[in-house]
Amino acid sequence: MMTNPPARITQGQFSFLPELTDQEITAQIDYGLGKGYAWSVEYTDDPHPRNTYWEMFGMPMFDLHDAAGVLAELKGCRATFPQHYIRLMAFDNTRGVESIAMSFIVGRPRDEPGFRLVRQEIGGRSMRYTVQGYAADRPESQRY
Amino acid sequence: MAASVADVLAASQVEAVLDELERELIGLAPVKQRIRDIAALLVIDKLRREFDLQAQMPSLHMSFTGNPGTGKTTVAMRMAQILHRLDYVRKGHLVAVTRDDLVGQYIGHTAPKTKEVLKKAMGGVLFIDEAYYLYRPENERDYGQEAIEILLQVMENQRDDLVVILAGYGDRMETFFRSNPGLSSRIAHHLAFPDYRPDELLSIGDRMLADMHYRFDAEARDAFADYLARRIAQPHFANARSVRNALDRMRLRQASRLFAQRGHTLTRDDLTTIVAADIRASRVFADAAA
Repeated sequence: MMTNPPARITQGQFSFLPELTDQEITAQIDYGLGKGYAWSVEYTDDPHPRNTYWEMFGMPMFDLHDAAGVLAELKGCRATFPQHYIRLMAFDNTRGVESIAMSFIVGRPRDEPGFRLVRQEIGGRSMRYTVQGYAADRPESQRY
Repeated sequence: MAASVADVLAASQVEAVLDELERELIGLAPVKQRIRDIAALLVIDKLRREFDLQAQMPSLHMSFTGNPGTGKTTVAMRMAQILHRLDYVRKGHLVAVTRDDLVGQYIGHTAPKTKEVLKKAMGGVLFIDEAYYLYRPENERDYGQEAIEILLQVMENQRDDLVVILAGYGDRMETFFRSNPGLSSRIAHHLAFPDYRPDELLSIGDRMLADMHYRFDAEARDAFADYLARRIAQPHFANARSVRNALDRMRLRQASRLFAQRGHTLTRDDLTTIVAADIRASRVFADAAA
């Protein structure tokens, strides 16, 4: 069985669509800015579905009016980490909401080996299952 | 297909802004002329683009030089509006900063700080007031130079994303540009704001009063003209800003005058009129008498 059919990780919004172009990303950023969200860029080389906290690339960007600023930051991140996963996140600071409103992957490594299913036998015939990234075996910065 | 200048003007409503500029800003003839030229170029470029002619976005970074109170900030605010109507900038907001907002306090602090401000200004106009403070030749370890370099880079590479306006007093800006030739050559429009003539200052005063719902009576207007003539000759005269301050002080005197008339029933006229005595009580006249 293939656990990662198109050999690409699907997390967050738009992840079943073809890669967004910069123009499409700009449109999404503008939409978020119109709603008053603060954008931030994050990257990681451990895209395990339970890894919620990716590394921040610079500070979240509050008080922006135009997408060009966010896009410039994203391009900076792509140049620094060409073989990492990169995502854009929009933080909604409305009182009572105060959480991420949008999140989508905008950069990924060339080869994505995906995850394997790990089985562990416990207490007789019981099984415990988990997933583990193939690339995660290697040390940080050598994964992709 | 819009083929006439009038069509583009009608579509962009830029004429309304230009008229407003003409009506609401007194004097400043050379500045208004340059703004009209820029607007004309952008309109013609728009028409050229419809015929698939080459219409490269012109570089619109500007420097505003002039004495205090000559309307640099006010015009910058209008500039953002005009450029937005003409589709040169996408959002049309103005971000006004000074040295403190750009330059950091320790090594490694300046670049993120400057970049953050630039990101906020994208899609609009970045107005750097008293720009010459960015460069401090007397301290070679000053971080201002770093901010200037980042600024230059963005001004050159992201020309369609933001317009930078540097403002400051004439002589000091000149020294600043002379020591930063790269900056000077990247700024296409050097606008010099002239000082106001006394009659222009008087109409500015009239307008400010009208905005605050006050008015001069006939005698007071003469007294104010007299006041201006004396005040201009004194040091630290700051054009429209001095006019505003003088008017504020006159309002104070008018208020105390009315306050002293306990029993008097005050009419609308009483409350809105500034009389000659409110003006003649000024220190400017006292000095002349002594």
